[in-house]
Amino acid sequence: MELQRSMVDGSVCMKDSAKSEISSERTLYPYVTGTSIIGMKYKDGVILASDTAGSYGSTLRYKSVERIKQVGDHTLIGASGEISDFQEIMRYLDELILYDKMWDDGNSLGPKEVHNYLNRIMYNRRNKFNPLWNSLVLGGVKKGQKYLGTVNMIGTHYEDDHLATGFGNHLARPILRSEWREDLTFEEAVKLIEKCLLVLLYRDRSSINKFQIAKITDEGTTIFPPYALKTFWGFSHFQNPSKGAAGTW
Amino acid sequence: MFRNQYDTDVTTWSPAGRLFQVEYAMEAVKQGSAAVGLRSKTHAVLGAVNKAASDLASHQRKLFRADQHVGVAIAGLTADGRVLSRFLRNECINHSFVYESPLPVSRLVVQLADKAQVCTQRSWKRPFGVGLLVAGLDETGAHLYYNCPSGNYFEYQAFAIGSRSQAAKTFLERRFQEYDTYSREDLIKDALFAIKETLQGEKLTAQLCTVAIVGEGEAFHIIDQQTIQEYIDAMELSTGGPDEEADAAAPPSAEAQEGGEGASSEPAPMDI
Repeated sequence: MELQRSMVDGSVCMKDSAKSEISSERTLYPYVTGTSIIGMKYKDGVILASDTAGSYGSTLRYKSVERIKQVGDHTLIGASGEISDFQEIMRYLDELILYDKMWDDGNSLGPKEVHNYLNRIMYNRRNKFNPLWNSLVLGGVKKGQKYLGTVNMIGTHYEDDHLATGFGNHLARPILRSEWREDLTFEEAVKLIEKCLLVLLYRDRSSINKFQIAKITDEGTTIFPPYALKTFWGFSHFQNPSKGAAGTW
Repeated sequence: MFRNQYDTDVTTWSPAGRLFQVEYAMEAVKQGSAAVGLRSKTHAVLGAVNKAASDLASHQRKLFRADQHVGVAIAGLTADGRVLSRFLRNECINHSFVYESPLPVSRLVVQLADKAQVCTQRSWKRPFGVGLLVAGLDETGAHLYYNCPSGNYFEYQAFAIGSRSQAAKTFLERRFQEYDTYSREDLIKDALFAIKETLQGEKLTAQLCTVAIVGEGEAFHIIDQQTIQEYIDAMELSTGGPDEEADAAAPPSAEAQEGGEGASSEPAPMDI
């Protein structure tokens, strides 16, 4: 038995002298994961937000993971799911942007093009049963046009005025559906995002109290340094929790 | 040009540093029937003369659409031109598939030029015997390029290729400086006039020529014969060439869009 690397997709498999192959490397489950990403359009551009946690199963193992990154001049990408697959995606995208810049001809790939390129990659990997285990949010502005889209490990992709991944879909989107407006200022948008992030902090066990917000406008991109939100645990039900059951802890 | 011992294959240089096979290929372009192209900031027009071999025959197609936003006019070996048009269509659709967005014209012509260059550096190939005028629109505006059999490409405000194209070029040289601000109608008129110049006295009719246009809000398409004939008639009414001062006989816009379909009743309120 010996290991052999495939020339086609780089996967490694066991091969024995009888020429039968037992594939031992394709994505089966994620290991270090990020939780929700929230994204929304606002008056001047697009905002993405996430926490900076990398969970190892149920352990909150890494607390300073940057899950929102810049892609070229016009796009931001936020990733949830397997962090190492996100790093691989960033290598693909950085290479794509590099070749685009090398043309140096006044044309450039905007967020819509990057989104579609990613979609092709995700869907093709899914078809080979070797997915990049991520749900991604892409936001950007090009020539005044705001763009916000999502794509995930099975290749599902769509655009909207506000988007989220994972738990964010269940906890943040309902808030956004009722309170989002086209003409939010940056400050109002941040307040709305923080409202969603707080709900996720309370209710998503994989989230931590360390958030990053990133915005992108026609002028450029800013990824703000991480910060924490104030939480409130003084609810009467949390006081003296063992009142009703003697001996419990 | 006379035959010499350095012109047998494309991979032989002459002592003067020329590749004669490539130059002979460019000769083939000069023998083809004329094609013209001109552009403003927002529109690009292509025109070609198509004369049928006889009254019984149909004419050779010289204008090809590569995508919604770009098309080509060819002069020279039309079979080579057809093959290259298929290549252009393929490149455009591959880009659209991956990026959901039209391939920028400048990148398309580079890919075309690289393909032509390959044939100038392989001993078992010959250069393409066709010149292409590529007209298209992308986010940087309208563009017109000329791709040579040599693998060179140039951007132009206006150009003409093929037999008797010099007459058209002389006409275009006089007027190209204003083309950036020309309306689409004036561009079409000038294209027709440029084609007329190459006919050297023969009467211009819509049967003899084909004109295509691409521009903002307008996909690349060949303008129908009736509209072309109306433009030609309007040109003839004003004595000799199109005038800057728009004359009253401006051709009726036959491409009036169908009025928007009557607004349907309110859509049902969607449950979200």
